[in-house]
Amino acid sequence: MTQTLPTVDAEAAAALIAPTTPPGRRRRSGGGTAKRVLVAVWLPIVLLALWWVLSASSTSPFFPPLSKILGEWWDQWIVGDAKGQLVSSLRNLVFGYLAGSLIGATFGTLLWRFAAARRVTNPIIYFLYVLPAPALLPAMIALFGIGEMRQIALISFGAIWPTLLNTLDGMRGIDQVKFDAAKAMRLSPTRTLFSLVLPAAAPQMAAGLRASLQVSIILMVVTEMVAAREGIGYFILQAQTVFAVTKMWTGILTLVIIGMVANFLFVAIERRALAWYHRSRAPGNS
Amino acid sequence: MTNATVTSASAGPSTGRTLPAGTPVLDVEHLRKIYNEGKPHAKMAIDDVSFSVDKGEFVCIVGPSGAGKTTLLRCISGLAQASSGRLAFEGTPLTSVPDQLGLVFQDYGRSLYHWFTNAKNVGLPLAARGVPKAERARRVSEVLAEVGLPHVEQQYPWELSGGMQQRVAIARALSYHPDLLLMDEPFASVDAQTRFDLEDLILKVRRDLGITVVLVTHDIDEAIYLSDRIVVLSGSPSKVREVVDVPLGQDRDQVATRASDEFLELRRHLLDLVMPHGA
Ligand SMILES: Nc1ncnc2c1ncn2[C@@H]1O[C@H](COP(=O)(O)OP(=O)(O)OP(=O)(O)O)[C@@H](O)[C@H]1O
Ligand SMILES: [Mg+2]
Repeated sequence: MTQTLPTVDAEAAAALIAPTTPPGRRRRSGGGTAKRVLVAVWLPIVLLALWWVLSASSTSPFFPPLSKILGEWWDQWIVGDAKGQLVSSLRNLVFGYLAGSLIGATFGTLLWRFAAARRVTNPIIYFLYVLPAPALLPAMIALFGIGEMRQIALISFGAIWPTLLNTLDGMRGIDQVKFDAAKAMRLSPTRTLFSLVLPAAAPQMAAGLRASLQVSIILMVVTEMVAAREGIGYFILQAQTVFAVTKMWTGILTLVIIGMVANFLFVAIERRALAWYHRSRAPGNS
Repeated sequence: MTNATVTSASAGPSTGRTLPAGTPVLDVEHLRKIYNEGKPHAKMAIDDVSFSVDKGEFVCIVGPSGAGKTTLLRCISGLAQASSGRLAFEGTPLTSVPDQLGLVFQDYGRSLYHWFTNAKNVGLPLAARGVPKAERARRVSEVLAEVGLPHVEQQYPWELSGGMQQRVAIARALSYHPDLLLMDEPFASVDAQTRFDLEDLILKVRRDLGITVVLVTHDIDEAIYLSDRIVVLSGSPSKVREVVDVPLGQDRDQVATRASDEFLELRRHLLDLVMPHGA
């Protein structure tokens, strides 16, 4: 019982400095893959079943039966030409997220390396970090027009900060003894970066990258809802303005699927890349 | 190719030079170290320390906790800058960590890279020295066998016991056949039995490879058991209180050596040196 207290404190403390905590929650319950999948999906399945049952006889124009939504979803997104919206959204998401997290990780590393630059830029970074990204939409429209460049730019802008701050924080937390060891082994600066700095900071960088992904998905929708001509957000808004409520719901359903798939992919890659980290923290390895 | 034929005693990949006879491996003259020098919270950790270590010698540095032993080791390894004094490694003044120096830190849990396998950890200094991959793998398993850890290459440090992890750290420092091995209280955080095993391991390694060893400890018995000479430090800020010769010969045995009259006589003398008097 008491053992959980320090962890909670440490996580709370970490949350103060960094927007997110490292992915340290012990997930591995020792069961097989089937069991893990079951644990992950039982709640969504129960909720979907509930939605299906409760909405089955619904006559409310705002909450059509789920069966109707699913039928319409098939017609729109699989058969119909809403696919184009999906492609456009995903393209913005992928480019925006990749650019943003790359910039975040690079500048996080540079700011860690150059303390003077860190001190000088600290107020600006804090300002940009607390600034809600959607507030920049009008400025972005002025800068990039209303094409997809503006959307990608805003997504990357929002994606930068969680990755940057977590990269910086993760690198600052590396034990000095590990750097002494690097010097004792005569590792070159490049080798120190790839053999020590990046792997040591990787768990917290992953936490930042995950938060950046969440922000990117939110910004993807937001940018498509203001002065846009395509995308899922645009699709939802259009459907709503012409009172095509079922159609609107299919857009929301697509967003849910994108969010789930993106998260699933992220976790799968992270588990593979940071296998050492998850295994060293598994029960039995204190 | 030629590297493989060089004997292990001097098998460093790049040292072609031979030292003039009589040059000490390590020479420390009037070393002083002040942390935060010139600031109001300046702290003198080392006042005045001089000693030298000859090739093939085993020298222990003993001193009470907080005496500045880690600081001294950081200075003589080139990790930290001395405030004043002269430091020379194999005749050349120290500027950074020399190529032919191996370091084992006080805490293996903090010095090993837990994201790499044991093989990768041990091979890291070799990779930094440009040793090709196949040669690297051969030398890694060789040195792991030397420290009594065969078949742990594919495991991670955190999958091993504390004593085994310290062996990995020792193997990492030995992998490139350094001339001098510096160790900072390497056995402080293992149990008594493992400690005896590791002490004997270091004596064996030293015999096998013919390297020079400087080991820091606060344990007087350990210092006598291991060394040819003991540098006794005073409390903080440290000075050399006395340099004690240990004429116990090359072959040592945990039971017999520790029970011998010479051992007990040295022990009494050293305790007399480090115990506070008139308190
Ligand atoms: N980075 C530092 N900055 C300021 N003071 C330091 C620093 N490192 C050590 N000191 C001080 O120098 C003194 C000697 O420390 P050191 O770690 O060298 O002792 P030690 O003999 O290794 O102790 P132990 O046996 O506990 O390991 C201590 O009083 C310590 O407070
Ligand atoms: Mg110490």
